Amino acid sequence: MLEKDVLVIGAGPAGLAASIEAGKYGASVLLVDLNMQPGGQLFKQIHKFFGSSAHRSGTRGYDIGKQLLKEAEESDVEIWMQSTVIGIFPGNKIAIEKGLDSGEKEMVTMQAKKIIIATGASENAIRFKGWTTPGVMGAGAAQTMINVNHVKPGQKIVMLGTGNVGLIVSYQLMQAGCDVVSLIEAAPKIGGYAVHAAKIRRAGVPIRLQHTIIEAKKGADGCVCGCVIAQVDEHFQPIPGTEETIACDTIALAAGLKPTMDLVKLAGCKLTFNGPFGGYIPLHNERMETSCEGVFVAGDTTGVEEANTALEEGKIAGISAAEDLGLLTADAASDKRAEIWDRLHSLRLGPFGERRMIEKEVVMDEYKERIGTPSPIQ
Amino acid sequence: MALINTGYLEYEELESIQTLPSDERYAEGPVAIIECVQEIPCNPCEAACHFGAIKIGEPITKLPTLIGEKCVGCGMCVARCPGLAIVVVDKTFTDTTATVAFPFEYYPTPVVGEERNAMNRKGEIVCKGKIVKVVNPASYDHTPVVTVEIPKEFADEVRTVERI
Repeated sequence: MLEKDVLVIGAGPAGLAASIEAGKYGASVLLVDLNMQPGGQLFKQIHKFFGSSAHRSGTRGYDIGKQLLKEAEESDVEIWMQSTVIGIFPGNKIAIEKGLDSGEKEMVTMQAKKIIIATGASENAIRFKGWTTPGVMGAGAAQTMINVNHVKPGQKIVMLGTGNVGLIVSYQLMQAGCDVVSLIEAAPKIGGYAVHAAKIRRAGVPIRLQHTIIEAKKGADGCVCGCVIAQVDEHFQPIPGTEETIACDTIALAAGLKPTMDLVKLAGCKLTFNGPFGGYIPLHNERMETSCEGVFVAGDTTGVEEANTALEEGKIAGISAAEDLGLLTADAASDKRAEIWDRLHSLRLGPFGERRMIEKEVVMDEYKERIGTPSPIQ
Repeated sequence: MALINTGYLEYEELESIQTLPSDERYAEGPVAIIECVQEIPCNPCEAACHFGAIKIGEPITKLPTLIGEKCVGCGMCVARCPGLAIVVVDKTFTDTTATVAFPFEYYPTPVVGEERNAMNRKGEIVCKGKIVKVVNPASYDHTPVVTVEIPKEFADEVRTVERI
């Protein structure tokens, strides 16, 4: 049976950072991902990243992706793409449906001393009349179409949601040559960074607060030809009589994300529900270890944040795995983690981050209370 | 109405949060205006300035502050700000006109000599503007910095040109 020191699942920023870090200390690392290309969402992030200039901020997402792939190669990380983990068993045995160059799949069973789960998050859907009509899609899908596949999802776009995803994707749709007709937001204020909103506004695009989409209109071709919006009350319920119809051919939904928990659940990691982090998440400690001994988590799987925090958490998971493999002394590992926690702390300051900082503490306190010491996969 | 409700800054709101150049500083020539008013974890502008004119410090969520006397109006920060929230304004361009240098990441990139509608923070057309400079070296990483000449009275208002 194939044996590796570390199996990392998910080749986004968290998984790549974890792989690089573990590989750097001499662990043999296998990184698997079900997508065609590694990088997670990084290669569709054509904007310059926020964060600390000491840590790649001001660099466009796809360039960060390229740097990470180069570092992964330098750390001798083996990468399997189009490969899906379908089973996690006691004794850290893993079943992987491996994608072959021929396009066929092969079942591989392997054993990993340590497992790092970094499966990211998926977009929330919003249901309204006609929401399954062709032309209604996640904002992430629209972003993949323009920035990865270079295809416009439509010409006239309505964006639901003004978090950073809604704002950034709206801007990028305009860069791609689409006409963003309006952004619709149920809350009484814009959710994302003001600098992103400012780009949208000075391009002449209206942002409709305290409104929601109640219907997607279907044209003769069976596709979206418009949407009906309505004002909402303080309980986010549409107010009758306030309906308006906006002509559009695409409705993009940017209503937040939720952590992708399938493999975390499969491994039997204990969960907690955390609203601000997007739903159920695995309990973990400051080493990013879950309730299962030798199973670590990082990135959006541990609570939806952004790429900078995912990178840092991935590093912590990689360091902890290397430490448990005896490749790094406990003191060295704990010093390195402390440095990274300092950076995470500064990324979680300010009005947008402080809630996440508090919630992270809550999750780790709950770990101490409910778990204390992790136990092997059952 | 505040920025978080409208998406754009009123000049008064900007002025109440950011330190803007004094009239004396404007009289000396081009100077950066930092329209960044929320504490977000971001500091590339500080490292972008070779003259030490932008101060953030620790933690990185602090707002940037412009030290007007150190700023030479070079525009490095304009291209480096991930939020596209910095412009360079020159109120001394001619007796009657000023220039605004701003980041512009849409195609087609304006060309020198072109006339375009100049827009304010709300996306309203303020006046006609003439493109006088377009800088787009590799170091700007695909964020061209475009300079538009406009009547002086609109220098605090104009922040971009119309997309075509």
